[in-house]
This record gives sequence, structure tokens and C-alpha cells, in this order.
Amino acid sequence: MIDMDETDISFFKDGLRLDGRRTDQLRPIKIEVGVLARADGSCYIEMGGNKVIAAVYGPREVHPRHLQEVTRAIVRYRYNMASFSVEERKRPGPDRRSYELSKVSREALEPVILTSYFPRSVIDVFVEVLQADAGTRTAGINAAAVALVDAGIPMKSMISACAAGKVADTIVLDPMKEEDNFGQADLPIAMTPNGDITLLQMDGNLSPDEFHMAVEMAMKGARDIYEIQRKALVEKYSQLEAPAVEVKACE
Amino acid sequence: MDRKVVVPGDLLSEDAKKSGDGTYVKDGRVYSLLYGLANYRDKINVIPLAGKYIPAPGDNVVGVVKDITFSNWIVDINSPYDGLLHISEFPKRIDAQEMSKYLRIGSSIMTKVKDVDPTMKVELTLNDRKLGKITTGQVIEISHTRVPRLIGKGGSMIGMLKKEVNCNIFVGQNGRIWINGGADDMDLALRTIHLIEKEAHTNGLTDRIVAFLKKEKGARS
Repeated sequence: MIDMDETDISFFKDGLRLDGRRTDQLRPIKIEVGVLARADGSCYIEMGGNKVIAAVYGPREVHPRHLQEVTRAIVRYRYNMASFSVEERKRPGPDRRSYELSKVSREALEPVILTSYFPRSVIDVFVEVLQADAGTRTAGINAAAVALVDAGIPMKSMISACAAGKVADTIVLDPMKEEDNFGQADLPIAMTPNGDITLLQMDGNLSPDEFHMAVEMAMKGARDIYEIQRKALVEKYSQLEAPAVEVKACE
Repeated sequence: MDRKVVVPGDLLSEDAKKSGDGTYVKDGRVYSLLYGLANYRDKINVIPLAGKYIPAPGDNVVGVVKDITFSNWIVDINSPYDGLLHISEFPKRIDAQEMSKYLRIGSSIMTKVKDVDPTMKVELTLNDRKLGKITTGQVIEISHTRVPRLIGKGGSMIGMLKKEVNCNIFVGQNGRIWINGGADDMDLALRTIHLIEKEAHTNGLTDRIVAFLKKEKGARS
């Protein structure tokens, strides 16, 4: 985190952000379901400048065998950034950061998956970041959640993820690259539509009041994202049907 | 019929007693567990649109022998779990040394799930007249979630199909289907099944299939 004084970037112009958004506005989101023919479930998501593809395989046999659990399925999540996903070429392969993101993302999704339905099996989730523009972990979780649903895996609910940040002493929703790089804090969350948080991280410093504000803002963002995820899934099977009556999401 | 597409976590009913397959109850309310079609009858069932086949006792399945061990054939049943066919479940008494004479690696069989234990050990049997090794015809694969639609309510769809295309058809719950008949008949059966698979989630399917078959048969004669 670079202090504001050290940069001459101004984050706001006429009350709007660098990309013309309000402080509580998400970047445009596009979700496509079932983009990979070989995967059991897949999803392609664009969240602003982020382009992420997620593939789900399974439940299937566990290899290597010793990872197998007798009473439940295990979940494996691999977050990977393509070497061309950032401006400066990223050295390919897993690194400290992607190990961490894989772990926290897996733990964000695992609580809603009914792993006990599939003893001795594995559910593999692969998340590939094709283009990064801050907030790839949240984009990855959103894509993975849709891909899991597309794979027909029983889940208690969806998971939606969104970040909030602090730039120039203002709390903003869904920071883009400039705000993430030169901002004061970043706070990604993942949650179920009824508000159970499954992931919460914080980078930088926030006062307790700011923290609450940021969490509230990110939760609202996640709820909006949930609606988009849900719409993408429902539409996949609605082409031949009369428009389905909207079902109320769980409260 | 009242149907709609639901995703996991969708609220289906405030009445906990209405919870059927593919749903769960939390705080007295019914939510969907699956991505599928919700069916509102006495109970609310969610029929999945995707997912892997999980064997259940009594299911007819089409399998392929993938290994032979002492006294067991290991059968791929298009599922995360392999099926085990014990030598004693073969219709006649055979010697353990001669197992590969009857079913070799790669042999296809019409079989039935006898039992599934909590660790998902799947036991198969061939002890039924309609079961056995596949020697003629062809096997096709569709998603197992479309099988209920292919069979229809009380077997209405499959009964109609068998009669109309003049083929012998064995539908495995795992999505593998054995078809046997004349070359043209088999071709028509194949195309019809693919149509059913593609449109499984739509209403009034049986009527449309009847119309499709009529048109196809009219074109042929």
C-alpha cells in the first residue's frame, strides 16, 4: 500500500471514480454457463477487466488414493493465473499467493457443498485467470460457484463474492486495478445469499466504523452479483420454455 | 404441469411437510438442493438437470467390464463408483479360473444394482432373465438425468418408442441405453432418443415425439 502523498493519482473526479463509477457501484458483469464441453460444469465470467474461467469435474474417483475420505467427498480448488493475465509477465506455476487463494476460496465454497452425499470421491474445481484487473479471487469464487451448480452438485445455496476497498479515505465497492494498487485497504468477502459469510479477508487498515461500512457495502454487492449468477443459470434452460416465474431467493 | 427452473438455495415452500427429493428443510422452510426443475405436486421434488449417476439398489444399468480380480468382475457403470459383479451373481456356476471366458475386459453387460453400502461399494447381479452380456445391437450414452424423461410416467414414453421404432431397448439408469433392431429402425431410435435428451426439460414432450416419429416414418415410406 503506497501512501496517498507519494502518488499524484487522484481517485475521484466530479464525485465519480476514475472509470466513471459511483462509490457504491459494481463494474459490469457478464456470466456464461456451460462454456466447456469436457467439464462437468463450467462458467466464464467477466467482472470489469477480470476474465476468469472455472471448470468443475466430479464427483469422481480420488487420485492419489491416500487423499480419499471414507465418509465424504473432498473438494480441491486450484486458482491459477495465466502468465499473460497481467501487464508484466507472471512466472507460470503455483506460487505463495495462488496457494493461499486456492485455500481460502476452497474454504469459501466447501460449507455449502453436501460432501457427505459422495463418500470416497473428489470434486475438482479449476479456476484460470485469463486477464486480471483486481478482484480475481472474488471473480474466481463467483465463477466456481456457478460452475459447481452447473455440474449438478447438491449445495445448500449459491456463493457470491465481492470486494470493498478504501481509497483516499473513502469506502468504495469493487475496486479496480488503480484503486487496489494505490488504495489504503482491500476487503474481499464471499457469502451465501442469506448473508452467511464464508470468506473475509482484509489487506490494509480500516477503523471499526469503516470496516462495518465496507462489509455492508461488499455484502450488498455480493447480493447483486447473486442475482446475475442466478439469472445466467436459469436462462440456460429457459430457451425452449415460456419465461419461468421468478422464484424468490432464500431470505 | 407446474415446473420451473431453480438453483440451489431457492425458497420453494414455507411448509416443511412438502419437502421431497432434491430439497432440504431449514427453519421450517423448504429450499432447493439442486439445479433443476421444481415439480409442485403433493410434495415438491427437484429433478436435477446435471450431475453424475449415483447407483441405488434396484437400478438397471449398462456396464463395461474393466478389470477381473479373483472372483469379481469390476464394472464401469458411468459413475464415480465402480460396480462389483461377483462370480456367484453370474446366472450359472463358473470356475474362478474361467471368468474371462464368460466376460472379458471390454465386454458390455446389462446388469442390475443389487446393493450399495454406505462406503459406496456397489454390488451388481446378472441373475434376472432380462439381464446378461450384450452381443448384438449398440449402446449409446445420454445424461442419466434425462433417463426419467425417456422412460416417461409409468413407462409411457419408452413403451411408445419401442412399439413405434420396432426395436428392443434396455434403458440403464446410468444413462447408457442398449438398442437392438434393424439398421434403419436403430437409426431412428437413436435420433429420437437424442431429441428426447435435448428437450427433456420441456413440457408436452411425448406428444412432440409422437409427431416427430410420424413425420420421420412418413418420409421413409
